[in-house]
Amino acid sequence: MKKMIRTDKLVFEYIRRDEEGNVEGITRAIDDVNLSVEPGQFIAILGHNGSGKSTLAKHFNALLYPTEGEVYVDGMLTEDDEHLWDVRQEAGMIFQNPDNQIIGQIVEEDVGFGPENMGVPTEEIWERVDESLKAVRMDKFRKSSPNHLSGGQKQRVSIAGVIAMHPKCIIMDEPTAMLDPNGRKEVIRAARGLNQVEGITVILITHYMEEVVDADKVFVMDKGKVVMEGTPREIFAQVDKLKALKLGVPQVTLLAHELRKSGVPLPNPILTRKELVEALKACR
Amino acid sequence: MLRDITLGQYYRTESVIHSLDPRVKIVGTFSFIISLFLVKNFIGYVIAALFLCACIKLSNVPPKFIFRGMRAIFFLLLITMVFNLFLTPGEPLVSFWKIKITKEGIRLAIMMGVRLVFLITGSSLMTLTTTPNNLTDGLEDLLKPLKKVRVPVHEISMMMSIALRFIPILMEETDKIMKAQMARGADFESGSIMNRAKSLVPLLVPLFISAFRRANDLAMAMEARCYRGGEGRTKMKPLVYKRIDIIALAVIFGYVVCCLVFGRILFR
Repeated sequence: MKKMIRTDKLVFEYIRRDEEGNVEGITRAIDDVNLSVEPGQFIAILGHNGSGKSTLAKHFNALLYPTEGEVYVDGMLTEDDEHLWDVRQEAGMIFQNPDNQIIGQIVEEDVGFGPENMGVPTEEIWERVDESLKAVRMDKFRKSSPNHLSGGQKQRVSIAGVIAMHPKCIIMDEPTAMLDPNGRKEVIRAARGLNQVEGITVILITHYMEEVVDADKVFVMDKGKVVMEGTPREIFAQVDKLKALKLGVPQVTLLAHELRKSGVPLPNPILTRKELVEALKACR
Repeated sequence: MLRDITLGQYYRTESVIHSLDPRVKIVGTFSFIISLFLVKNFIGYVIAALFLCACIKLSNVPPKFIFRGMRAIFFLLLITMVFNLFLTPGEPLVSFWKIKITKEGIRLAIMMGVRLVFLITGSSLMTLTTTPNNLTDGLEDLLKPLKKVRVPVHEISMMMSIALRFIPILMEETDKIMKAQMARGADFESGSIMNRAKSLVPLLVPLFISAFRRANDLAMAMEARCYRGGEGRTKMKPLVYKRIDIIALAVIFGYVVCCLVFGRILFR
């Protein structure tokens, strides 16, 4: 089966310059990354600030091109000018700041922006806008101004705007970083819904561990490299290694880890509160 | 509070004028303005006044709102009338010292005053009944022929609508920065004008930086959503002339012809 996204020895460097524009040095933001994502998966990419995860995400949408190596989206090489717009249509992107990615002055107009750019006929645009607003449960707000919405609602509008382009894959670059806990829940629920109901591949970049627990696969990045890769269970079993990478683990997992250290016989790892309760019951 | 700011001065209500195609309204307003400058006699102005009153009546906008715009141009109006009154050469009616008021002066002053008032009323009627969004759409469509001479019409209208979208956001941001500076002892309210202007610098610098950052983010988001200029773009809400628009155009045409015939040709 064709991979949704595949990177092959991906390297990205940018040149730092001082105020006069002289080259100060070269920074490797991404260093030899090989990863592949199967269609329909829910993928999480973790990493602390500056680990290169956002830079990596921008490669999946052809917003940045590799310095060395290759990125394929659905079998298309991102550097290929011929496929540029196909790549951007198939791999939609959600950014961090909800205010800076809404273009329309009315919710429905913003959702229609992508299809308008793709040259979709007017009637079909309306159909797509209807269905995508329903998919993120924002159809009640279709006539509102984005300025009146909460952060979580704005981010859901952005998601609807991407779905309206009928992508196969959605890349979310820290979509919840600027939201309150409620907004965070709304957005993650919307993303999960898309993955499960519509079968869209979701790549979630985040540093909130709780959002990662249900992912199919997790990549952990540090200094531009993928340092850990596996299911959430495999990743969170290594609490000490994650700590060394300046990453936390979900609270429950941390609690179980500490309990285990002080001698309570608990299985490793524990990801949800329910699991912990069951495990503690078994201990009695 | 700042979120509720209305741009332009759109007055939300239902009316025939509101439902007209923005292009018709723009063309209508321009024809009206031009007609004001072609008309040469009293009858012409009566026709223009009747037309304007009919439009106001049809628009369901309370006259209070329409005349509010007049306050802003009161001084302009006063100065125009005074200059015309005193500085027009011709047959003197009253004269004292070096100043004289001529018959032509009175005539010209009244004409200029009426013109200005009508002009402002007419154009604010347009902005009161058309959303800024519709207005930019209409302008883009009307200016399309300029594309042939390489005027980036689509880009200009896109810039206008993005600006409209970001004005409330930037206002809120200004407010935030101002409060942050005030919390650290900045003073925006006292001192001479020079001092107050100087105190705005620490406000404007962060505001500009943040505006550039936003612009950068927005450009990236637009590209990610396949934006590539006006070529091959379809419209979600295309402008289509309806029956009412055709009728309105006919009425406007009729008005212009009337103005020309009665205000310029028949009675000189």
